[in-house]
Amino acid sequence: MKPPSKTLERLAPWIAVAALVMIWEATVRLFDVPSFIFPSALETLQALITYAGPIGRHSWQTFWTTLIGFGLGVAVGLVLGLIIGSSRFLYNACYPLLVGFNAIPKVAFVPILVVWFGIGSVPAILTAFLICFFPIVVNVATGLATLEPEMEDVLRVLGARRLDVLLKVGLPRSLPYFFASLKIAITLAFVGTVVSETVASNQGIGYLMMSAGSQMRMGLVFAGLIVISAMAMVMYECFSWLEKRMTGWAHRGR
Amino acid sequence: MASAFVDFEAVALSYDGQDNAIEGIDLSIAEGEFVAFVGPSGCGKSTFMKLCTGLHAPTTGRVRVDGEPVNGPLKITGMAFQNANLLPWRTVLDNVLLPLEIVEPYRRQFRRRREEFAGWARALLNTVGLADYADKYPWQLSGGMQQRASICRALIHRPRLLMLDEPFGALDAFTREELWCVLRDLWQAQRFTVVLVTHDLREAAFLADTVYVMSARPGRVIEKREIALPRPRSIESTYEKTFIDLVHALRSRIGDVRES
Repeated sequence: MKPPSKTLERLAPWIAVAALVMIWEATVRLFDVPSFIFPSALETLQALITYAGPIGRHSWQTFWTTLIGFGLGVAVGLVLGLIIGSSRFLYNACYPLLVGFNAIPKVAFVPILVVWFGIGSVPAILTAFLICFFPIVVNVATGLATLEPEMEDVLRVLGARRLDVLLKVGLPRSLPYFFASLKIAITLAFVGTVVSETVASNQGIGYLMMSAGSQMRMGLVFAGLIVISAMAMVMYECFSWLEKRMTGWAHRGR
Repeated sequence: MASAFVDFEAVALSYDGQDNAIEGIDLSIAEGEFVAFVGPSGCGKSTFMKLCTGLHAPTTGRVRVDGEPVNGPLKITGMAFQNANLLPWRTVLDNVLLPLEIVEPYRRQFRRRREEFAGWARALLNTVGLADYADKYPWQLSGGMQQRASICRALIHRPRLLMLDEPFGALDAFTREELWCVLRDLWQAQRFTVVLVTHDLREAAFLADTVYVMSARPGRVIEKREIALPRPRSIESTYEKTFIDLVHALRSRIGDVRES
């Protein structure tokens, strides 16, 4: 079989999206599904255009709360990862704790956060933070903990301090892990924000979908879904690009 | 013999407090001597290296280098391992310069004298035939070239003691012989002291002045053999009878160790 041409390869994701939309539209029409159960692609598009103003306002709310939560997650995740990753003792001590914490559904925190901070942006930011810092910690810690012992010997025999080894070898070495985790963390941060908004907010895409759903305006609900996934995708691509820029040496030969 | 540069007195080391990894090590290495350690795997050769460089303190006995008891990492040492361990985000030149960013007194002078240091590194890379690769990244180099660069990194701070832990173990036979010659020429020019740990008896016999044969765990020195072959030695000479007999004799000693 001939390998697909470069242009076709580049277009492939768009073709997949178009195909999915077509199947969606066709299925809804074929089985004549009422729009308050499952709106067609066209109705969703109409809702997107009609309510562009409110959707834009609520998306912006979701977007900036997510970014703040994500920023917190990166800062805390990086520091925690550095601390845990540079000491075997701390690594062993804290790892089970982190895994246990990560297993808690973050939606369970929302009521607690509401009691502490009231409804609104703060619980959304904190939920986004809580859900997204874990992969960053794990990746940074793993990047540091898997440092070759020979490399450490080479430097230690020269009188290198722990900080030297960390700065010269450990940190640069864990950067690819760090950037890889950012891609995962940003999409998770969106999940956190929206979850919190559906439960405890009167702003944001999550709230918009919730209230539209309660009025059976499913076109608007689906429009909300599409906006969230579009935002997450764009951010993912941004960090993917950043990763390639910053750690090109780890993606050799491509 | 002149006073010993590296001096081991009844040294033993145990990692877990029960079994000794090596024990009863008594030996002395003169300054500028090239010694090789051979033995079955797990005989504590790498442990010996850690003791020598001060990365580990002996459980009993005394290690002295240059007349001083060893307590803590020895900065006059350079090290290279089977794995080249070059940092992929640094060019070959920057990899070679790494020790100078760490070790005193160069560390303090690094910014000021960077150009001069880079000159040293380029000269060193030149002597191992890597002049054109200084600005490449390690992953653009073959395994043999990476190992050359690794040896340059071990030598850049002009150590008096070079520790090599199976540095050519992962290379193909031809590349390995090439690198033997590279190491031979470097040593002949600069006359640092070399401790080479290896599995390869030909390698040991070709390069070293003295070969120590070690027993299985707990590692002990069971034979010390001076290699009296004239220098400079050539790869050709390794196919002559005297050399082959020598390697054969060493081989049968190792055979005895493995059976016992």
